[in-house]
Amino acid sequence: MYWLKRNLPRLVIAPSFGVIAWFVYGFIFWTIYISFTKSKLLPKYELWGIDQYFRLWSMPRWHVAVENLFIFTILFIILCVFIGIVLAILLDQKIRAEGFLRTIYLYPMALSFIVTGTAWRWILNPSLGIEKFAQDIGFETFTFDWLVTPGMSIYTIVIAGVWQSSGFIMAIFLAGLRSVDDEIIKAAKIDGAGIVSVYTKIILPMMRPVFMSAIVILVHLAIKSYDLVIALTAGGPGISSDMPAVFMTQMAFHRSEIGLASASAIMMFLTVSAIVVPYLYSELKREDDRK
Amino acid sequence: MTENNIQTYKELEKSSNTKKLIYRWVLFIILGIFALYYITPLYVMIVTSFKTMEEIRQGNLFSLPGSLNLKSWDVAWNGQGFSAGDVYLKTYFWNSVKLVVPAVIISTILGAINGYALTKWRFKGDSYIFLLFLFGTFIPYQAILLPMSRTLGFMGISNSIYGLILVHVVYGLCFTTLFCRNYYISISDEIVKAARIDGAGFFKIFFKIMLPISAPILVVTIIWQFTMIWNDFLFGATFTFGAEAPIQVALNNMVLTSSSVKRYNVDMAAAIIAGFPTLIVYVLAGKYFIRGLTAGSVKG
Repeated sequence: MYWLKRNLPRLVIAPSFGVIAWFVYGFIFWTIYISFTKSKLLPKYELWGIDQYFRLWSMPRWHVAVENLFIFTILFIILCVFIGIVLAILLDQKIRAEGFLRTIYLYPMALSFIVTGTAWRWILNPSLGIEKFAQDIGFETFTFDWLVTPGMSIYTIVIAGVWQSSGFIMAIFLAGLRSVDDEIIKAAKIDGAGIVSVYTKIILPMMRPVFMSAIVILVHLAIKSYDLVIALTAGGPGISSDMPAVFMTQMAFHRSEIGLASASAIMMFLTVSAIVVPYLYSELKREDDRK
Repeated sequence: MTENNIQTYKELEKSSNTKKLIYRWVLFIILGIFALYYITPLYVMIVTSFKTMEEIRQGNLFSLPGSLNLKSWDVAWNGQGFSAGDVYLKTYFWNSVKLVVPAVIISTILGAINGYALTKWRFKGDSYIFLLFLFGTFIPYQAILLPMSRTLGFMGISNSIYGLILVHVVYGLCFTTLFCRNYYISISDEIVKAARIDGAGFFKIFFKIMLPISAPILVVTIIWQFTMIWNDFLFGATFTFGAEAPIQVALNNMVLTSSSVKRYNVDMAAAIIAGFPTLIVYVLAGKYFIRGLTAGSVKG
């Protein structure tokens, strides 16, 4: 009885711990293992070495996917962070309609990527969408057919992605700005600093942790981005807007290449880990320092 | 102070006031432009959903419909009435409801108990366990898709709502535990200590003391889980097909099923239907929604 009482917290955690250990970490190890085998349609457990990774990196399609991921991630981060900071700073100027504006800036975050993709697919479609509107109001030579142009369709994913996620970045920056002590700003103003230099020289440097969080989240979102690609371009035209997440699903569930799919999944996992592990380490260290 | 000095001071004040006014206006214009950027797609979706295909071809993206035509909403929800290849949302909407309710409840309860045990009943190694949960919120799900689909097969619950409930509870657990843990850690240990001295046990303290003060974090957790599960596409598309699919999968199928003629009005009505529940939650409880987003971002 005493033993039960003493260990009750552990017993309560145990099922969840077991579930996570099995379904998260056990599964990741399974995927790592399979990536070292010759598995095609069904898993084979005979080790084959790292050949799947060589195959993966020799595939032009994988290179397209990685290159797209790179373009998407960079633009997605730059635009979201830029828009997020600008909006947060402007909203922080004691605006009367702040609540209302914030609601408008953030609502896309409540929509799924499938809904977002569906809407933008309609807006950006060349025959009846924004192109036709521009032509109707007089810009007769205006063309905007990125959605169906290989090499350009990846940028439509950026447009829709930024629309969906930038409000969220605004929200975390706004929360960060609100936690800055007003006294610091007052003191700087008394010393004669202008409003712009107060932000660029004093406040933004103080928000380095917020930048870090924002970037980690955005990278993580970008690497996982699957739904938006499917709904907007389905990786097309051809494979021109392919991304690693789409590549993985294709290989795993349509091409019966689960060894190769596992290798690509592990590449994604390693990329996320390379960014998240140092971030979590520094965050947890910060928390320990505060104690 | 001389007459002259007062004069210049007044002028200075006046010019700074005009400057302030211009500055305010520029501010509002920029904010307004951004508001337009965010709101326009929703406006386009709504007007398109009420147009006939004829109006869509004749007019442009932003033109208003001639009349409130509800036909496309009817088709999006109920289908066209013929059976072969008819895709509509009704069934799948209820699939998602049947999925979301149990998955949100189970994962939230487990998360609350875990968070409580990890913060108020510290034991050796608890911080490592927390770390496992924390890292679990970041993993790309592609790394678990294949074994998960095999496991669901072994358990005999592949292509079923039950399978999806399991998946969402398992991977939602990391988030719910994280949220609750971060909340409970900010609550003073003294209350728990006092209750323990009075002889209250693990569950008594949880139900009598912790749960009554947990409303804020439970709302955040529930909204987060609801949004994540309702909006999920990857798990739904991977583990279900046909009549068992959740709403986002159905929406995507509907849009992609190009029966030669694109029905943009129906697509838009369907997209609004699929986005409606989360949008409503956001409008009604936006404060908690944002808190969840930021709680999920500033981790640790």
